[in-house]
Amino acid sequence: MNYTETVFCINEKMNIIEVKNLTKKYAHLTAVNSVNFNVQDGEMFAFLGPNGAGKTTTIKILTTLLSPTSGTATINGFDVCQQTDEVRGSFGIVFQDPSLDDKLTAEENLRFQGWLYNIPAKELKERIPMLLEMFELKDRAKDLVEQFSGGMKRRLEVARGLLHKPKILFLDEPTIGLDPQTRNKIWEYLRGLKQKEHLTIFYTTHYMDEAEFADKVIIIDHGKIIANGTPAELKTQTNQTTLNDVFLFLTGKDIREVNISTPEKMKGSFGH
Amino acid sequence: MRALLIIWYRDLLRFLRNRLRIVSSLLQPLFWLLLFGTGISGSLRFSGGQGTLGNFNYTEFLFPGVLGMTVLFTSLFSAISVVRDREFGFLKAILVAPVSRVYLGLGKILGGATVSTIQGFLILVLLPLVGVKLRLNFIILFPLVFLVAVMISALGLLISAQIKTTEGFQMIMQFITFPMFMLSGALFPLTNLPLWMDILSKINPATYGIDLLRQTTFRLLGLPDAVRQAFAITLFGKPVSIMTDILIIFVFGTIVTIIAAKIFARQEK
Repeated sequence: MNYTETVFCINEKMNIIEVKNLTKKYAHLTAVNSVNFNVQDGEMFAFLGPNGAGKTTTIKILTTLLSPTSGTATINGFDVCQQTDEVRGSFGIVFQDPSLDDKLTAEENLRFQGWLYNIPAKELKERIPMLLEMFELKDRAKDLVEQFSGGMKRRLEVARGLLHKPKILFLDEPTIGLDPQTRNKIWEYLRGLKQKEHLTIFYTTHYMDEAEFADKVIIIDHGKIIANGTPAELKTQTNQTTLNDVFLFLTGKDIREVNISTPEKMKGSFGH
Repeated sequence: MRALLIIWYRDLLRFLRNRLRIVSSLLQPLFWLLLFGTGISGSLRFSGGQGTLGNFNYTEFLFPGVLGMTVLFTSLFSAISVVRDREFGFLKAILVAPVSRVYLGLGKILGGATVSTIQGFLILVLLPLVGVKLRLNFIILFPLVFLVAVMISALGLLISAQIKTTEGFQMIMQFITFPMFMLSGALFPLTNLPLWMDILSKINPATYGIDLLRQTTFRLLGLPDAVRQAFAITLFGKPVSIMTDILIIFVFGTIVTIIAAKIFARQEK
């Protein structure tokens, strides 16, 4: 009986991310407050919320950069606190702020990544030109990253995040400050990868049009999840026509005073 | 282990690519040797300070001190790369990779130590400019320079592992490097000091590094034992031998390296 149940579970779509009662407390603030959600394998998952809502803190916990105060999270079946190496090998990430080595070339940045992820030399030799080609950076491969525009750096970061063929790609506001052409291009690549390689994409964004094409949307505010469903479901539930309206309906129209003294922002401004 | 080599290689690559830094970091020791050394030599002669040590040359005394100073400054300041990587975000990209963070820390220490040793080697090239002949046996200095460099680089990592901004790093380093340098015996022998300064200089790990390099250099230059012993530091009233220096540096260096690598590994972003 038990056996058949197990088989049944495997045939079901697998949860590649499982988050249970996840909480992160700082001295004067609860950044993430008992959050629960699952992400299915191959899903495009938008994680939305106003500034300071707890998005980046959640991503940092899921990517082993922070440890939670309580609760659990698994990535690709591995516990983010206990099995850090397996977790780290399972995802690629594009951070909110730039994270390339400016003094190295595009190619060198990728090569370093390949070494860090222990990609065999032969495979690396194939994948680096392939990714540079795909993200239209091939003719700049040997240029120092400090000479790149913001859009080129972003594309290189996405390429770097994909180098070791992760199961999940985390993107924390990947298109912030980019022109519509570059934004469009980056999403085009990512949607292609989701279809071709069944990549799970977990992203945050403030551009609500970028959340419209998500399979699943979660809205978090003050560290708590306030909405969870497909874009269509959320629109029906709130009786709104666009996700932008849904977002404003649920989180209010007041501008958030993100106090610089809150721990998350302190980490943010001094931490990178 | 892989992580160690990658980080080490990156630091080296960045150093070699930064020609301006290489040249500018050679200027300071050159000024010390050429201007300070020559100036003090003259005033020592003026005060008739030769006495029992015969025609001892201050530049020969100063050179190992300046070599040690270069290692001290380069090693401590190369730790700024950790802070800079944190500011520029690259550190996060390394910290989410499936590699041991302890080895990342060790890679940083070895990277800094290697860069320091290369800088030390370049200083040797300056020696003929200040009237000290280059000798082949100076090669013996390099493993010793590297040993000292590892100890100081580990100290640098220990400090930088918790600092978030380059401004903060520079401020703290000002408070650490200058007293460490002044109390190390790099510029003057640590003899006839008042008790408080004597104690401070003996707590200073750089003191043993300078003493090691100086005693070794004096041997390599073939100076009489009397000269070497006259300038050797004493610990609890006994002169410190080259082996004792090595032992102290090795033990202290190992302890600091372990602590620094652990603290680096434990940091949260």
